[in-house]
Amino acid sequence: MDAIFLQLLNGLDKGSAYALIALGLTLIFGTLGVVNFAHGALFMIGGFCAVTVQMLLKLSTQVKDDSLPGLEMMVDMPYLQLWWGDLGLQIISFAVPLSVLLAIPLMLGLGILMERGLIRRFYHRTHADQILVTFGLAIVLQELIKSFFGATPIPTPAPQMFAGSANIGEWLGLGSNVSYPWWRLVYFCFSMAVIAIVFAFLQFTTFGMVVRAGMRDRETVGLLGIHIERRFTIVFGIAVVVAGIAGAMYTPIVSPNYRIGMDFLVLSFVVVVVGGMGSLPGAVASGFLLGILQSFASMNEVKQLIPGIDQVIVYLVAVLILLTRPRGLMGRKGVMED
Amino acid sequence: MNNTLAKQDKWLLLGFALAVLAGPLLLKPFGAGYPDLLQKFCIFGIFAIGYNILFGLTGYLSFGHAAFLGIGSYTAVWSFKLLTMNVVPAIILSIALTALFALVIGYLCLRRSGIYFSILTLAFAQMAYNLAYSVLTPITNGETGLQLIKEDPRSVDKWFGVAVADGIPSTNFFGISMVGYSGFYFCAVLLILSFYISIRITRSPFGLMLKAVKSNQNRLKYTGINTRSYALTAFVISGCYAGLAGAMLAVTDPLAGADRMHWSASGEVVLMTILGGVGTLLGPVIGAGVIKYLENIFSSFNEQILNSVFSFLPDAIQHPVVKLLGLFVGEGWELTLGVLFLILIVFVPGGLMQGVQSLQRRVLKGPSKPASSTTQGAH
Repeated sequence: MDAIFLQLLNGLDKGSAYALIALGLTLIFGTLGVVNFAHGALFMIGGFCAVTVQMLLKLSTQVKDDSLPGLEMMVDMPYLQLWWGDLGLQIISFAVPLSVLLAIPLMLGLGILMERGLIRRFYHRTHADQILVTFGLAIVLQELIKSFFGATPIPTPAPQMFAGSANIGEWLGLGSNVSYPWWRLVYFCFSMAVIAIVFAFLQFTTFGMVVRAGMRDRETVGLLGIHIERRFTIVFGIAVVVAGIAGAMYTPIVSPNYRIGMDFLVLSFVVVVVGGMGSLPGAVASGFLLGILQSFASMNEVKQLIPGIDQVIVYLVAVLILLTRPRGLMGRKGVMED
Repeated sequence: MNNTLAKQDKWLLLGFALAVLAGPLLLKPFGAGYPDLLQKFCIFGIFAIGYNILFGLTGYLSFGHAAFLGIGSYTAVWSFKLLTMNVVPAIILSIALTALFALVIGYLCLRRSGIYFSILTLAFAQMAYNLAYSVLTPITNGETGLQLIKEDPRSVDKWFGVAVADGIPSTNFFGISMVGYSGFYFCAVLLILSFYISIRITRSPFGLMLKAVKSNQNRLKYTGINTRSYALTAFVISGCYAGLAGAMLAVTDPLAGADRMHWSASGEVVLMTILGGVGTLLGPVIGAGVIKYLENIFSSFNEQILNSVFSFLPDAIQHPVVKLLGLFVGEGWELTLGVLFLILIVFVPGGLMQGVQSLQRRVLKGPSKPASSTTQGAH
């Protein structure tokens, strides 16, 4: 029982990341009808926002080491620590959450630039062309990051406050051997909040209402005199922001390197398709579903029963669902079937 | 059904064959006139031609073709290990086994179309890749890759009493060793053969049916035709091509690794086909050649070479220029690929073949009928 509960928890953080990326992919697909293969790269850029913020906060100067009297030793000391002492150190350890503040405007700008500059030309081209142009863009972004930050993963620790593990088992009366890293819990809550905000934004604001109407019937909305393209551009920006902050907050769980985006992208596409192209709740649900299944499949007991299952479970489930439910879990009719 | 090629196709095939066989001479000025690279051109040309039969003719975008490449390679290496170092059984077995896999995978995947088909193929390929790395290690030898060793049984060779030299014997075609130029010419002949078959398929009534599947599958169904069997045949044929290419990779270098099945390898063949021109006959081969050539050239450059090339510039300019270009070469050659890609897709959507054709039209200022048959596409 404990083990099962633990695997459920372990699946949540990966599931959260899948769900956030898949949410963005679905938003872009539902509004603009574009299959965005660069979404994984955007997730990765979010991760490198965190790296950048950490580097900026850690900007150091050389000061004399006072701990060893009599010796002329120079040590690196971050400016922040020099100015504000312990408060400065605290701020440095909060680099990852702070990077979200950088990621939001940066990713929004990047998204709008990308949509206006490149994606716009591809609305009326085939899906194959869209896949290729975004794939090309993903390669470019990935290689640029590689040339600036190198190919090795850069560790970006979580704030010290969240360093240990939460004893979830005791809270729920399951015994003390169910513990879960704090940061993963934070990440799960964060992703739930982001998902809730995006849904609320689409559901309860006038802007969101127009966007939903546009997703259903773009032409009619246009005939009503609404400039739907501009709104879709903003939706694209939002989807990029979601990917970016998902990437930034994920860095303490897996240290970012330039390939992390592609690793997530392939799985996220599987997630989107399993959820059903164009369905936002489907994307979120299948994100968590596949994340949790993946975690269960990596249990030793399961692996002994079916060797290799942990390697293929996501794809196997995708194949089974697609063959039995043609439009994924919650897909609408007529989407992407031509 | 006539059994001869149309006149323009004969010229196309003849020109193609001459160009391929004269490859070592033609490509020498570009620094690509050595067998290792030329073999790669041929092998990936075969791969792309086969991919084009599926994607170019039927419009089904498969994202998992690298799996067949990998299966072909593994089968060929096992044939070298267990049976004989002769390449013929290896190639036949590879094609047969990939055909079997393609039949099963294609049968399942072709129940869906559009992006669902792409994701299904991707899922199968990723499963193959992940399994090759984990549970199937006894067959695939995991991360090290499957290699020949001296103690391999090679039972058929022993039976015929083929003399075993010291060390690992090289692959051969009835005694002709597949090293260096003989290897290249073997690949070249297979490439020309593959090209010929692809012309025949494209021009046949069957090819016409495949094009009909691409342009309007529903209408075809309403006329009472089972489109899935046509698509499945195309899928299996293109799987066989991939298996052949995989076997050739093993022939020229008897080693098979799971990274050949990675999804980025599947992406690469899509890029080759599109770069050259989807649905054209020559396009995929050219796309494959261009990508492999660029990969080879750009990844071999480094800052020293750049510095010597730009040494005529004043220092103040030379340094930033070298720094900037340094991003695009060596390890960063994929950046060049990405940029090239973006430019091509945005400005020349039909790939290189269409670019050449429209350029030709603009130069000749004539009607849209292409003038020369050697640069002409399939339509």
